[in-house]
Amino acid sequence: MTNRLEKKDRMKIPRQTMPEQDPLERIKNFLEVPYGFTEEQALVEASRCLECPKAPCVKGCPVEVDIPGFIRLVVEKDYAAAARKIKETNSLPAVCGRVCPQEEQCEIVCVMAKKFSPVAIGALERFVADYERNNNLIQLPRIDPPTGRSVAIVGSGPAGLTVAGDLIKLGHRVTIFEALHKPGGVLVYGIPEFRLPKAIVQAECDFLARLGVEFRTSTVIGKAETIDELFEMGYDAVFIGTGAGLPNFMGIPGENLIGIYSSNEYLTRSNLMRAFDFPNYDTPIMIGENVAVLGGGNTAMDSVRTALRLGAKNAYIVYRRSEAEMPARKEEIHHALEEGVQFHMLTNPIRFIGDGKVQAMECIRMVLGEPDASGRRRPIPIEGSNFILEVDLVVVAIGNSSNPLIPKTTPGLQTNKWGNIIVDKETMQTSRKGVYAGGDIVTGGATVILAAGAGKIAARAMHKYLMEEVKK
Amino acid sequence: MPKVLDNRQIGPLIWKMLIAVPRLVMKAKAGQFVIIRVNEQGERVPMSIAGLDRQKGILTVIYQVVGKTSALMTTVPAGGELADCVGPLGAPSHIDNWGTACVIGGGIGIAPIYPIAQAYKEAGNRLVTIIGARSKNLLFYEDEHRAVADELYVCTDDGSYGQKGFVSEVLKKLLDEGRKIGQIMAIGPVPMMRVVAELTKGYGVPTWVSLNPIMIDGTGMCGGCRVAVEGKTMFACVDGPDFDGHKVDFDLLSKRLGAYKEMEKAAMKRFLEDPHCRLAESIRSLAAQS
Repeated sequence: MTNRLEKKDRMKIPRQTMPEQDPLERIKNFLEVPYGFTEEQALVEASRCLECPKAPCVKGCPVEVDIPGFIRLVVEKDYAAAARKIKETNSLPAVCGRVCPQEEQCEIVCVMAKKFSPVAIGALERFVADYERNNNLIQLPRIDPPTGRSVAIVGSGPAGLTVAGDLIKLGHRVTIFEALHKPGGVLVYGIPEFRLPKAIVQAECDFLARLGVEFRTSTVIGKAETIDELFEMGYDAVFIGTGAGLPNFMGIPGENLIGIYSSNEYLTRSNLMRAFDFPNYDTPIMIGENVAVLGGGNTAMDSVRTALRLGAKNAYIVYRRSEAEMPARKEEIHHALEEGVQFHMLTNPIRFIGDGKVQAMECIRMVLGEPDASGRRRPIPIEGSNFILEVDLVVVAIGNSSNPLIPKTTPGLQTNKWGNIIVDKETMQTSRKGVYAGGDIVTGGATVILAAGAGKIAARAMHKYLMEEVKK
Repeated sequence: MPKVLDNRQIGPLIWKMLIAVPRLVMKAKAGQFVIIRVNEQGERVPMSIAGLDRQKGILTVIYQVVGKTSALMTTVPAGGELADCVGPLGAPSHIDNWGTACVIGGGIGIAPIYPIAQAYKEAGNRLVTIIGARSKNLLFYEDEHRAVADELYVCTDDGSYGQKGFVSEVLKKLLDEGRKIGQIMAIGPVPMMRVVAELTKGYGVPTWVSLNPIMIDGTGMCGGCRVAVEGKTMFACVDGPDFDGHKVDFDLLSKRLGAYKEMEKAAMKRFLEDPHCRLAESIRSLAAQS
């Protein structure tokens, strides 16, 4: 093992930061913003890890990645082994290294964070995953002998991909059904290229295909086939990971004017359909000069930064609370500000104005009152504070409800009052025998890693169910 | 990838495509639609179902060349493939026995009204069918409709075939004669559906229309296909495509259909001006014909 510095010396090393594309340059392209660590940086950063015996970082991770374990392998320069160490519990390290909110999971509890800054766990995760992929060091795992059982997975987002990866390795036959024409779910239609290159998602899906996972794209379960019909087709268990795909709108006058998009539509046009490359790709997207994005989450940041890249002169975030309450990652807020996004905080639109096409938005200023059910201070409108904001494009990014296509066509599948599928949290089993669910369709809009974590739990329970209760 | 079995011109700028999608055809019901993508760069376009051959698993779509994507569709040869054909999507049309039911197809709407006519007939209705187009050469499916309808009325705007006038005028005459019609389903260009719906409101005849706004995913995920029905926002892809014509905001629908007009024109122009494209040449000549 490599000689390591004394702990007190490790603490003196400053946290490494990933080099990034210059903000003025990157708003003209869709290429990824951070370049990732160089090998030298990764080694320096890895050497900062104190290898705490209690490893609070592991408990901070929703899928309990052996963080000190993989970082030790980085120190030993065995990067591919480090990537494999992560993959023992997280099948999507290249994705999670980029989009996980590490600052509120593993890094916030890092012992180094108390007096210095936390180890850059996310950047290291990304480094090893990229190293493994770029150097063709990805090894096919050992696949257990065929069990004769087969599983249908509905939705190919982070939850579905995780379940597929785990169950195929255990020897089950796995088919993923995807409604859109490309697998990846939100990783493909939702998260922009500049934050998560689509080639990475494709590589993850290709890897699963090499393991034997069958992908059936352009198949809308709930329409083409129902869950019951999947069982009739011979599948022994089903996992539903369809995400929270039903966009919320504000419900205010003028919302159907041309130039008002849901973030789902705006991002799908740009990401999945590649409208940013119109007319080389056939799907058009409206180019706004003054673009307002409503909302304060990661999707809002993705939308507003997309608008800038598509040529907006003024790109605004309009959010009814203050910056402190924004659910978006700090890193994304920082990137947006660096790129010149203008924040209208404590502002809420009350109507859209325009003749056919949106021309302006009437807003009202807000003030924060007492905390509400979410624990955040409730925004209250200030009477008489109305003002007009001129906009020619609006993207509504205020969250999603659960898509009813599957619950409506699956008798006996219980949902809560928001339409989310009810599961046993220990197993992710639904009210229907042999039917499991996880990700946003269960929790409502959440994160990639929580969906992947749910997939892990479901896969474990499904394996048990398949082996113990499905007779072959 | 879905195989195209046949793709032929049946009128000026009107084409008929047969696609082998057995599972889709087995599942599809009258009034539903599919989404087609021609190639990797292609957009996702909703297409009404114009026919379902359940024995052979063949889907018929009839389309008009109006822009780049529909022009591109004409280039797929028999034996060729589409990138995708997804479906069935949307809710099936409500089918019941109302005694006498009437279906109205205007222009390209003559195609999607056909499976609904069949379903109405099978449900035991006396079926009155009205089809109309601008001119004789834009009419198609007359024989198909004649085979299903108890009464078929054909009209053209310019009088070049059948009765001279609009489908709404034929309908008005029937209603004025006191014909009892329990249910009307109208599909066609927005102005035609609007006129029919406005007319029948006065007579109190329930009238449904099938809306075809701009869509992407077709599963309720994007909300691009929002329509207003009785002031309430609905998604045509999952709440429709059929809606009560007396409650639809047709103004909003036509405006939203035109949202990308300039970009669509530019794309078509770029496509037609490509000197190396042999298809462009044939589309140019077709455009000249119509």
